[in-house]
Amino acid sequence: MTLLQLFLSFVQIGLFSVGGGYAAIPLIRNQTVEVHHWLTAGQFMDLAAIAEMTPGPIAVNGATFVGLRIAGVPGAVIATFGCILPSLIIVSLLACVYRKYRELPMLQSVLASLRPAVVALIFAAGLNMLLQIAFGGQSRIAPDNAQWAGIALFAAAFAALRKWKTNPILTMLLCGAGGLALGLLGLF
Amino acid sequence: MEQSRGKRLLTLFFSMLAISAFTFGGGFVIVTFMKRKFVDELHWIDEQEMLDMTALAQSSPGAIAVNAAILVGWKAGGLAGMAVSVLGTIIPPMVILSVISVFYQLFAANRYVALVLKGMSCGVAAVILDISVSLGLKVVQARQGVHLAVMAAAFAATFFFGVNVVWIILCAAAVGAGMALLNRKEGGKA
Repeated sequence: MTLLQLFLSFVQIGLFSVGGGYAAIPLIRNQTVEVHHWLTAGQFMDLAAIAEMTPGPIAVNGATFVGLRIAGVPGAVIATFGCILPSLIIVSLLACVYRKYRELPMLQSVLASLRPAVVALIFAAGLNMLLQIAFGGQSRIAPDNAQWAGIALFAAAFAALRKWKTNPILTMLLCGAGGLALGLLGLF
Repeated sequence: MEQSRGKRLLTLFFSMLAISAFTFGGGFVIVTFMKRKFVDELHWIDEQEMLDMTALAQSSPGAIAVNAAILVGWKAGGLAGMAVSVLGTIIPPMVILSVISVFYQLFAANRYVALVLKGMSCGVAAVILDISVSLGLKVVQARQGVHLAVMAAAFAATFFFGVNVVWIILCAAAVGAGMALLNRKEGGKA
């Protein structure tokens, strides 16, 4: 039963993540944290950090991580297969007709409208992560339960990315070092 | 003939394995490496076709790397090529994540590892918000009213009302399909 649920969840993640890696993040979060409670919000953020640090598509990384936790090696294999199955079917169908496909106005128009929606979803996923950092996952958003060290670390990373376009992996490594340093000082 | 086909599949598998294992930074980076290998080095695919494949991989659902592996594998060796190519692409992340999951169970309780992960999650939030702000600004600059409305509605639906992501994607797709039908009608009259 769990295997079937894992499979179906990751089929949805594979089917509805249009536009590459970051598009999968809100879907993975939705399925694993909100719908099935397989991961806590904190564990999901650890997963996002790990997936970003390691090679390979985020959806495949997520499928392996969640599948292993929920149902061991069969879980990892089933979840990964689930998330690539829609690609296998849809992409091989499209490959047969691809010369026609690019000029199809209907598909062009659908993709053009999907893009802004995906952007909004990614932004919301990032905002949820920020709230988790800033208020420790508590629903009460108020200055007195704000985690200032986390907010500062986020602000520094965000400023560096916007201003100097620092490498994302380097930025995350520096944040990890910053977290360790702040934690040892008892501030984080 | 049989042997050369087997050899080709092996080359395909190990090329994909190497590209997937050492490519950090998402779909577009991996497509660049595939081009270098299969267009410039092995001459299995011509450049125009690789560009078409990239566009197709990017606009189809699912991971760009997996989609590109399907297309390249299909071109290089039919159905068997596709299977071999996809396996080569997903084995490295599966192995790496499995190893990390084991360590994660062991180390998540460790205070220092937890601090590093907690710090890194601040960085991940920054990376994701940075990327979405850049993408969002592009949508704003394009000044397409319908697209701005889709973006605002999608954000409100997911963030304030907790609507399932799948419904949001389906609604946005329906808006795009509706717009195409409207344009076609107007084109017909003109």
